[in-house]
Amino acid sequence: MSAAWAAVAIVGLATIAIKSSGALLIHGRELPERLGGVIALLAPAMLAALVVTNTFGGDHSLELDPRAAGLAAAAVPLALRAPLLVVVITAAATAAVVRAV
Amino acid sequence: MRFVTQYRSGIRLALPLAVAVLAFGISFGVLARDAGMGSLAPFVMSTTTFAGSAQFAVASVLSTGGGLAAACVAAILLNARYAPIGMSVADALSPGRVRRLLEAQLVVDESWALSNRGGGRFDRRILIGAGAVLYVAWVGGTALGIVGGKLIGDPNDLGLDAAFPALFLALLVGQIRSRQAALAAVVGATIALATIPFTKPGIPLIAACVACLVGWRRR
Repeated sequence: MSAAWAAVAIVGLATIAIKSSGALLIHGRELPERLGGVIALLAPAMLAALVVTNTFGGDHSLELDPRAAGLAAAAVPLALRAPLLVVVITAAATAAVVRAV
Repeated sequence: MRFVTQYRSGIRLALPLAVAVLAFGISFGVLARDAGMGSLAPFVMSTTTFAGSAQFAVASVLSTGGGLAAACVAAILLNARYAPIGMSVADALSPGRVRRLLEAQLVVDESWALSNRGGGRFDRRILIGAGAVLYVAWVGGTALGIVGGKLIGDPNDLGLDAAFPALFLALLVGQIRSRQAALAAVVGATIALATIPFTKPGIPLIAACVACLVGWRRR
């Protein structure tokens, strides 16, 4: 089996299990307060790391390339609470232009 | 009729997001094929995993030689948030066990956020209406990206590589609802930045999870 199919199977089964766990486990039960507090912060921590790795991540190095220009430009529509689509199109268009120049 | 109306309002609420999800489905299809995942595997992944950031993480880790283990761990850690998210909507889902499990698969960040009625309450019909629209957009987009990928050429020429961090930033901004969340984001970003030069791709994402320990302190 290729790495791609292995990833599809492992990630797919794990995700279905994760998404099902709440529906199966919970009926008026709550996580211990501290554990719940930790898990709730996984999303901001991981998303912030994804922003960084997708902007500056290279092969064992930090890179400064058109992706950073795209992200910087995206901050403007984001600050103006523009729709998600506008935010990502701004980033893509900016990076495309910077790369083409 | 009222029930039907509520499903419809979930669909209507999700439509603008569905356009973005469709575009990202297309770019996932393109990127995954570019990453050497083939044609069928990315499609099957979208139908079963239905979680954009995790799927992009898998494609990007595999394409940069990060390895299967790092790809799976990064994706699973990314999706770990669906455990608490799933628990938060559990009471709103249908009572039947099978239906419940199917409905739980439609929970993604956007459908979850749209169905939030405040005070820990969620509207099941909006969750399902919105989740179904987003599912169709994501799977359909993936198929289009896989089939039509060649037509739009190199995704990087279109700046699609910059669209990913912008998407994650937009989703991140929506997650910052407390001082602790902001702190976790800053610490996570710092850890990722510090570990990128010294580790395989994928590892910085895993290391950044340590940041969520700032939630250990009682509020």
